[in-house]
Amino acid sequence: MLNFLLMRILTFVPTFFGVTIISFAFIRVLPGDPIVVMAGERGMSQERYDQLYHQLGFDKPVISQYFDYLVGVLQGDLGNSFVTKKPVWDEFFSLFPATLELSICAIVLAVVLGLPAGVIAAVNRGKFFDRLLMSSALIGYSMPIFWWALLLIIVFSGMAGLTPVSGRMSLMFYFDTPTGFMLIDSFLSGQKGAFVSAVKHLILPTVVLGTIPLAVIARQTRSAMLEVLSEDYIRTARAKGLPPLRVNGLHALRNAMIPVITVIGLMVGTLLAGAILTETIFSWPGIGKWMVDSIFRRDYPVVQGGLLLISVMVMIVNLTVDVLYGLINPRIRKT
Amino acid sequence: MKTSRLIASAFVLSGFLAGAASAQTLIYCSEGSPEGFDPALYTSGTSFDASSKPVFNKLAEFELGTTNVMPGLAESWTISEDGKTVTFKLRAGVKFHSNDMFTPSRDMNADDVIYTFDRQRLEDNPYYTVSGGTWEYFNGMSMPELISSIEKIDDLTVQFNLTRPEAPFIANLAMDFGSIQSKEYGDAMLTAGTPEMINQAPIGTGPFQFVGYQKDAVIRYTRFGDYWGEPAGVENLIFAITPEASVRYQKLQAGECHVMPYPAPADIAAMQADPNINMMQQEGLNVGYLAYNTKLPPFDNPKVRKALNMAIDKQAIIDVVFQGSGRIAKNPLPPTMWSYNDAIVDDAYDPEGAMAALAAEGITDLSMKIWAMPVQRPYNPNARRMAELMQSDFAKIGVDVEIVSYEWGEYLSRSKELDRDGAVLLGWTGDNGDPDNFLAVLLGCDAVGGSNRAQWCHEPFNNLINQAKVASDQAERTRLYEEAQAVFKDQAPWATIAHSVVFMPMLNNVQGYKIDPFGGHYFHNVTLN
Repeated sequence: MLNFLLMRILTFVPTFFGVTIISFAFIRVLPGDPIVVMAGERGMSQERYDQLYHQLGFDKPVISQYFDYLVGVLQGDLGNSFVTKKPVWDEFFSLFPATLELSICAIVLAVVLGLPAGVIAAVNRGKFFDRLLMSSALIGYSMPIFWWALLLIIVFSGMAGLTPVSGRMSLMFYFDTPTGFMLIDSFLSGQKGAFVSAVKHLILPTVVLGTIPLAVIARQTRSAMLEVLSEDYIRTARAKGLPPLRVNGLHALRNAMIPVITVIGLMVGTLLAGAILTETIFSWPGIGKWMVDSIFRRDYPVVQGGLLLISVMVMIVNLTVDVLYGLINPRIRKT
Repeated sequence: MKTSRLIASAFVLSGFLAGAASAQTLIYCSEGSPEGFDPALYTSGTSFDASSKPVFNKLAEFELGTTNVMPGLAESWTISEDGKTVTFKLRAGVKFHSNDMFTPSRDMNADDVIYTFDRQRLEDNPYYTVSGGTWEYFNGMSMPELISSIEKIDDLTVQFNLTRPEAPFIANLAMDFGSIQSKEYGDAMLTAGTPEMINQAPIGTGPFQFVGYQKDAVIRYTRFGDYWGEPAGVENLIFAITPEASVRYQKLQAGECHVMPYPAPADIAAMQADPNINMMQQEGLNVGYLAYNTKLPPFDNPKVRKALNMAIDKQAIIDVVFQGSGRIAKNPLPPTMWSYNDAIVDDAYDPEGAMAALAAEGITDLSMKIWAMPVQRPYNPNARRMAELMQSDFAKIGVDVEIVSYEWGEYLSRSKELDRDGAVLLGWTGDNGDPDNFLAVLLGCDAVGGSNRAQWCHEPFNNLINQAKVASDQAERTRLYEEAQAVFKDQAPWATIAHSVVFMPMLNNVQGYKIDPFGGHYFHNVTLN
């Protein structure tokens, strides 16, 4: 297992350098000069432009700019945002907990509901429950996130008044947020009602962000289960008289989990980087909106730093998934 | 730390825990996150709303709801005969805020004024490069070339020596970059090795004191008890950052905020019909236009430009693109600006007349490009749609239009080029309430190849605006600008399209709010019933 883990970690190194190149090049191949965008309609004199061009280091050769960037990255310095003038590192870590908290809740929701839904659908193949669950999954997968979010807000917040419209916490509460995770910080604050408020604020964004992963996991689980359920050893287990719950829950599901875990791993990466719509609609202060705003502003340090950090997070998730494979299926450790 | 905890406790106690007192907390669902809290570092209205408006004051201020300049931290000023020396008499007894890192030991004085501007203009000032300072507005208003020195006459008298007379100078100082900072605070942060804190925990003299900012989520302020002017009408002010317009509307309906800016055009009718919402509106200080390239034939001929202007159905643009939240523009100045020439008659929509006028100039089979901006702006909420309407209008007079667009940075760069092929859709929002800020910046000869997208240099017009810039008599300036607008209309370097209408929905219990023609949002006059 240790060798397996070491091999996986070693693949990190070239991937990491590849990501630094891609993140550095990505923003630069897009058309648009950050200084011109910064100046907007007002524009600026050529002299002023040249001054800023030099100040931001654009007058150096691109290779030299890349090596400056790389040296900074290796020293833990991702540079300062052109727009806010603050260190990218500080900005990322002030926003990342919000995205992570929401993503964890969304994936937990998706797994907790998606796995049983997939199993139930597979076991009842072709029957009413299968059709109901898979039709729902198809609708969930196809639903435009923006529309779905607004619909939920109008119904549950506007009409029923059950959930807050947006934000992470009622403005009634004001406390330090040492971890950045509102569920934890509200609990630690000791303020009465703060934790409940944090939970209420999480409900709609979690449902919205979790909808597509839920649908994907349910469908993936169903198809993996169907494949496993037709295997000889399942037939043998049934013939031995094992109860259906044991056959489906232990023998079949465990073996069906490999592709499902792959999908879950991919989904976590997607959620971390792709919560942009959910974050925008629910005024959720996470990294999705921060990144997109920065791309539009051609804020090079934020885009390249943010991409790099998100990529590293995704790599860590993939490593975790690889380790989980190994735990579930010992044969994989040997390959 | 003590002070911030005190403020925070006071905030919670006074604003929230007591049910009755919660009426004293105003929640503003703002549209975006501030880039920082030092107004001189930034150019966006969102940052100014969160910094200069609540926290700071300027030497001169704009009278709320108008573009008139009135005394701020300077109670008066005098301008020398030659217009090159401006002396400000400062208000006595003005206090700065405090926070957990800083408590002021003195009142605001001339040192603070000098510090505020020196850090933006002198490269050897220790604050010149702090927070990557680019001082865009200060530079954009040509302040480094204009100010030759700033002298302290005494504690409450400060003198600006200028390189040339400049009529809009006082109005320029009323802009957000002129927010007066505490020198004492700057020095303290420099000594502590954290100069960037003045951008993160602002100290000003304004009606509200900064309490805290949770990035992209919420900004909190509390009333400044020692404010030199009329105290703020509410005890606490909260900006709940809500980027999505329809969600802001939902929050307003749910009572989660009291005031919201920038409603979605599609929601305006419903808001106006809602008995719980007071929908305020006012024309914005902006103009959207189509600038021809007057350097290239046949657009170098004013008669051709006039003919094309006659072919544009502006009312259809107002109805379709602005969905009613706009007003037809006939002048390059917005109607809320002093010296607006209301006597000017707009080119009537007359496709037949336009076709005849083109024929009279020997123009047949004309084809042209219209550049459509890739971004949304108050003066042009949907440039692509606007270009399509113009394409259809021009087709009616036999002019073939190709619509082009570029990424925003490219669009801004390429549209400046002297040999640009096509007419460009763009616009402008006023900075300082002075006509010079529109006419010279957008149509002056000095701006050709830059912000003058029509590349139009017309001597009679340019002489008028140059005379107006150095004239000290307001009546004379008004006359000159009115005349300049008449010349503009006659020469038609642009098709003036529209001025947007600013809508501000708020709950009925919000009293005293005034719409700022510059697009800012002020809350110190607001009370809650």
